[in-house]
Order: sequence, then C-alpha cells, then structure tokens
Amino acid sequence: MKFRKIFTSLSLALLVLGMGSVQAADLRVGVEGAYPPFSWKESDGTLKGFDIEIAEAICAELKRNCVLIEQDWDGMIPALLAKKFDTIIASMSITEERKKRVDFSDKYYNTPAKFVAKKGSGLEISKSGLAGKRIGLQRGTTHQCYMEKMFPDVELVLYGTQDEVFQDLAIGRIDAQFSDSIAADDGFLKTDAGKDFEFVGGDQHDEACHGPGAGMAVRKSDTQLRDDLNKAIKAIRANGTYQKINAKYFDFDIFGG
Amino acid sequence: MGEAIIQFLDTWSPIDIVLIAQNFDRFLLGAWITLKLTGLSLIIGGIISIPLAIIRAGNNPFLNAPVWAFTYLFRGTPLLVQTYLIYYGLGQFEWIRETALWQPVLSQAWYCALIAFSLNTAAYTTELLRGSIITTSKGEIEAAKACGFSNSMRLRRIVLPSAFRRALPAYSNEVIFMLHGSVVASTITIQDLLGVGRWLNGRYYLAYEGFITAAVLYLIIVLLISKGFRIWEKHWLAHLYPQDAVKVKPKKGLASFRV
Repeated sequence: MKFRKIFTSLSLALLVLGMGSVQAADLRVGVEGAYPPFSWKESDGTLKGFDIEIAEAICAELKRNCVLIEQDWDGMIPALLAKKFDTIIASMSITEERKKRVDFSDKYYNTPAKFVAKKGSGLEISKSGLAGKRIGLQRGTTHQCYMEKMFPDVELVLYGTQDEVFQDLAIGRIDAQFSDSIAADDGFLKTDAGKDFEFVGGDQHDEACHGPGAGMAVRKSDTQLRDDLNKAIKAIRANGTYQKINAKYFDFDIFGG
Repeated sequence: MGEAIIQFLDTWSPIDIVLIAQNFDRFLLGAWITLKLTGLSLIIGGIISIPLAIIRAGNNPFLNAPVWAFTYLFRGTPLLVQTYLIYYGLGQFEWIRETALWQPVLSQAWYCALIAFSLNTAAYTTELLRGSIITTSKGEIEAAKACGFSNSMRLRRIVLPSAFRRALPAYSNEVIFMLHGSVVASTITIQDLLGVGRWLNGRYYLAYEGFITAAVLYLIIVLLISKGFRIWEKHWLAHLYPQDAVKVKPKKGLASFRV
C-alpha cells in the first residue's frame, strides 16, 4: 500500500511538471545544420542560415519561444513522429510520399534541382548520357526519388549529409552530384573547393518527387500547429520579415511562383 | 487470397512488410557485401596479427614498442574515426591523390573500409593472441626444450597451435564485434546490410523497416557464426574439457537419474 501511495504522488508530481512545460509553450523545431546556406553550424556551435532565421521569425510571429533541435537528415521524420520536436523547418520538400507520414504547412520557398559536375566534363544529362555514371546525393531526399525514377541506370552514391557529397565531388570520387541548385551554388560552387565545377543541364523537376516546394512538417494530429504555421508564413511574407531574411542570403526571391 | 493477405498487411501491420518483401533481394545483396567485407578484413587482419603477436609476446624492445603503439592506436580510437580518417581524411591531401595508389585503391570506398577494418581487427587480434601465447603452460615449453626443439620449431609446433586453440573462444567475440563494426561502411557510401536499410528508410521516409530487416539479418548471421565456433571449439579444444563431459552427454529430463 505504501508503495502505491508513493507511486501515486510521484505520478501526480510528474503530471504537474508535464503541465508546466506545456504552459511555457516552447516551439521545438527540428533543424539540420549541415545544409548551407539554409542551415549550418558555426565553429562555436551556433546554428546559422536561412532555415534557422525563418524558424526564429515564425516563432516570433507565433509569440512562442523557439527551441532549435539538431537532427540528422535521414532521421528527421522519425524524430518528428517520436515527438522529439513539434515541427521540421529544414528545407524539407512537400511530397506525396512524405505526406503519407506527416502533414505540411504551405511552402516557404521553392528552388529547382540541378546537376553539378567538373567544368568541361561534357556530361550529357540524359538516360544514356548518365548510364553507369557515379552520381552522388544525400540519402532520403527528393533527389533520391527523382534519380531512381528518371535515371534507373546510374550508380547512385548515397551520403548522410550534403557536405559529404560536395567533399567527394571535389576530390573526384563521383562524376557528378544532384541537389537543390541554391544549396549547390552557395554551399559549393561559390566556395574555393567548387571553383572548377559548374551546373550541368537545366532545372530538373518531377512533380511527384519534388512537389511544390519546401514546407514545414508537423505530425498529422497537429492541425492547429499547421494552421498557425500557415498564418505565420503569410504574416512574415506580408510584413517584410521574409524579404529581409531572403535578401541576406540570396539576390532573388526564392519563394518562387 | 494473396490480394487479401497483402491488403491485410498493408492496413494492419505496424511495419510495411510488403515493401520489405519487394526489396528483399537488395537486403540479401547488402548482407553479402557485409559478409565479404567482414570476412576479408578478418583474414587480412588475422594474417597481419600473427607476426605482430609473436613480437608482442617476445622481449625485444625495439620491435615491441612500434607494435605496441600500433595496437594502442587502433584499439584506442573508434572504428568510425579510423574509417573517416582514411576515407575523407586522406582524400584531402593533393599529393596523396596524385600517387598511383589513389585511383585503384584509396578513391574507392570499398578499399578504404577494407584497410580500416583490417588494421582494426589486426590490432585486437594481436593483443588477443599475445595473451594466449604468454599463457602457454610452462610444462609444454619445458617438454619441448627437453626434446631438443629449436626456438622456431617450438614456436611452430607447440606454442602457436596451442595458443590458437585457446584463443578461439575470445576470437569468436572479435568476429562478431567486427561484423557489427562493419556497419561503419554504410557511412562512407557502401551499400552493406545497414546501408540497404538506410537506403530503404531514405527512399520511402520510414523509421523502422530498414533497420528492423537489417537487424534480423544480423541476428541470423551472428547465430550462424556462434554455432560455427561452438562446433570448432568442441573439435579443437576437446583436450581441455573434462574427459567425462566429452564422453557422457548429460541427458535431459527424467533420464538423467539413470546416469
């Protein structure tokens, strides 16, 4: 009996503590931190980038305290479902396949995907031109979906982070890489390591794989949060906050048409 | 009927069994790559470890010190770090990329993993064998000396065969650790068993399916390895078991009263 009493009071205490944290209403945001210029980690450990600033602007708009939680890319959706955080703001494209598991806000930006290869590689972006070539990309992205659907004959080389893809492209372990064009431009082509590389072929797009753009993911039961996020995206678009952040990173409007 | 089963699994199963079944050939291929990588590393590492263990068990300080440093380095750092240093680290140096070794070996993820794994298991096996060599019973060595065996003959005919046998149970652990350690290969783009699991999770944005399938296959492989070693130990270590235990098998149930 004594144990039961202790147990009851303990669980009551836990309940009260739990309620306390709900009232503080932190918005826990899953972010990546290895995807410049959208998110990266400074040497002192602070997170920087377009996604990070958008997340903070959204939290400010919702008047909730932002708690940024870093998560490896391929565990992002599982971590959201396991309630490690409440939303993902990490350049995650809205796709049908992901919608089976999570809900998305409206898009907050949309940029095309492109191939990058060494200057003068003469790489031809076609089924036969890419057959047997080693193409690097980040595992668990819309680009993996696209490559497997459109170019089944390429040798896909899968990496955990986009940074690793660029590293191996720079030293010639892969023939080309396929990713978001902005991420490739700012994260690689404009850096010293990427000076001998260029975009090859035009924009690559497949509606089923790439979807309408990047959105903020929430659990399916969290319709309230999804609606709040949508309102907040509209608000920061309307009051100029979005444009200010946009201008810091890009010389054109990445919201897309 | 088949349709109905698929329908049922699709709706009610907590994990997507149909998707796993559709991609099972990839998992088997991944398992084969894991086995090949682990097996080759163990063979290469094992061959390297024998002379190193003999040096470590001996008392020549000039040979002993560098071998000690090697085993300390590779046992003292995580396998992941070693693999990353060889795969991502070496590639950063231009002069290494210009050597003849770059194109056929170091630019390939497969060989980077093989080198890292072989050196790692060589370090562990060296220390394991050394322990086994220095605990060879004095009687056996004295008997060999009395029979007029030379140093090298004593090593080849008495010390090493006995040491190998006694190292067997501990070595089976090393084999299993190496198998588990081989998942590091998936972080440097190799599609080993875990790599396929991560591919499946990434392709369909899943949380468990890829990992669970890989885990089950790892369990099966480990079961086969430990069974194999049990048989091997029974054969090679028979002389160390109590004689009765070898001849009379303990019987189960009521029958045991008759013993």
